[in-house]
Amino acid sequence: MSFASLPAEIGLGFKPQHFSAIAAAPAAIGFFEVHAENYFGAGGVPHAQLTALRRDYALSLHGVGLSIGGEAPLDHSHLATLKALCARYQPESFSEHLAWASHNETYFNDLLPLPLNEATLARVATHVDQLQTTLGRRVLIENPASYLSFSDGTITEPQFLAELAARTGCGLLLDVNNVYVSAVNLGFDPKTYLDAFPLALVGEIHLAGHSDATDAEGRAMLIDTHGAPIADPVFALYEWVLTRAGPRPSLIERDNDVPDWLALASEAATAGKILDAARKPQSHHAA
Amino acid sequence: MEEAQFASALLDPDLPAPAAISASYRSRFAIYRNNVVVSLIEALATRFPAVRRVVGDAFFTEAARLFVANRPPRSRMIAFYGDGFADFLEALPACAELPYLGDLARLEAARTQAYHAGDVTPLGPETLASLAPELLGDLRLTLHPAVTVIASAHPIVTIWAMNAGEQKLAEIDDWRGQAALISRPHFDVEVRALPPGGAAFLKALAQGATLAEAAADAQAAAPDFDLPVNLAALFSIGLVASTALEGETG
Repeated sequence: MSFASLPAEIGLGFKPQHFSAIAAAPAAIGFFEVHAENYFGAGGVPHAQLTALRRDYALSLHGVGLSIGGEAPLDHSHLATLKALCARYQPESFSEHLAWASHNETYFNDLLPLPLNEATLARVATHVDQLQTTLGRRVLIENPASYLSFSDGTITEPQFLAELAARTGCGLLLDVNNVYVSAVNLGFDPKTYLDAFPLALVGEIHLAGHSDATDAEGRAMLIDTHGAPIADPVFALYEWVLTRAGPRPSLIERDNDVPDWLALASEAATAGKILDAARKPQSHHAA
Repeated sequence: MEEAQFASALLDPDLPAPAAISASYRSRFAIYRNNVVVSLIEALATRFPAVRRVVGDAFFTEAARLFVANRPPRSRMIAFYGDGFADFLEALPACAELPYLGDLARLEAARTQAYHAGDVTPLGPETLASLAPELLGDLRLTLHPAVTVIASAHPIVTIWAMNAGEQKLAEIDDWRGQAALISRPHFDVEVRALPPGGAAFLKALAQGATLAEAAADAQAAAPDFDLPVNLAALFSIGLVASTALEGETG
């Protein structure tokens, strides 16, 4: 098993349209993250750009389509392609989601929810074992953004992820925006969630923007859009996590309404200040 | 929770939200339904911008919505979603007035395939110059993996160029069929119209015919097929990955 890891710095999601701007104005960031499935093609511009980027930066390969939370066994050709990508690019991190994305032959291109109970825990653990064995490396599993819950759910999400990590040895990717979005949508306290979350196992943090919505019953809710700057309450939770966990590799995700490179780099600098503050020795109050 | 029930209801708005969702949140199933359908329509809009420009946003969205419900993706690489979109559009009664729409979609689908095709440095004109003229007839070529030909009864290259911002929109006075050649010798995808016989020539070469056999096919398809010009173009445009003579392996 490989235990290479990302630097405890700010990372950004790589957008192909920023490629030349990045070369012209490199930002002080520690790593880039890409969605693995965008590199399932054989060649061309995507691989040429990723090869160039990888020479200069640490890399996080983030899977969105393996369907680890699905009922069916993992897709062998998908696993084989991920293995080949990891062999080719040697990313510092590979991560996937606590979600499902396909059923039978259909791929839904979305992260879909599953009930959290003993049966799904056993299934997800089997899939994570298989993924780690195939890749020959420890992977990180990410908490989803939730809009609903299931009547057959019996385990809380932090407990589920802690137990998954205990059974498989996997690490966790803590998406702080997802925690905040789920907390608003399902009516829980995000700090209670984070208190139960095994922060020691967090190999990466995700930060992103969300948007406001109202459900059919008129309840205010949040949608995880990755289409806006990071909201203040998410930055506050991020700071709260770092105070307890220490500095961690922290990625800003932006997939919709993507601004220009300099605007993203400026948001990275804002998050970087919070991260740098967490590097300083904690001051202790005098008695 | 039955995954099958959740999966079916995602693509069929007439089915109820899965009963396994806690009652107080069941209405929010609509968020997943919407995310799935909107993201797949967006994937098609990204891959077929010229088709969208021709039919307009509203029609495109409705056609894409129908396609998503009937032919959801199988590929986990979403850039390749829509390989069957051309056939689907041709079968839509509402598209009967635009008989070229299917070929336009085929051309755009081929551009995506070419963009992601394997990396091979094509042989240049110097390769052709180095070959003994008396052996040329027996030569077999392996075409570059990005090469695709879309032969159409409509002026498909002109229609594409006008709706992809490559050429000014104008009336097409000389409405005759064109064969589109899609290639990607290095990183940029190129689209051009083949000369007479060019499509038959490339089709034969792709199937492993010798140059002499392919030239005969091309001349049968177009009596004015110009072999020297077409042969030179294969190498100057960058369509050839490798060459082999009888007995060699490509």
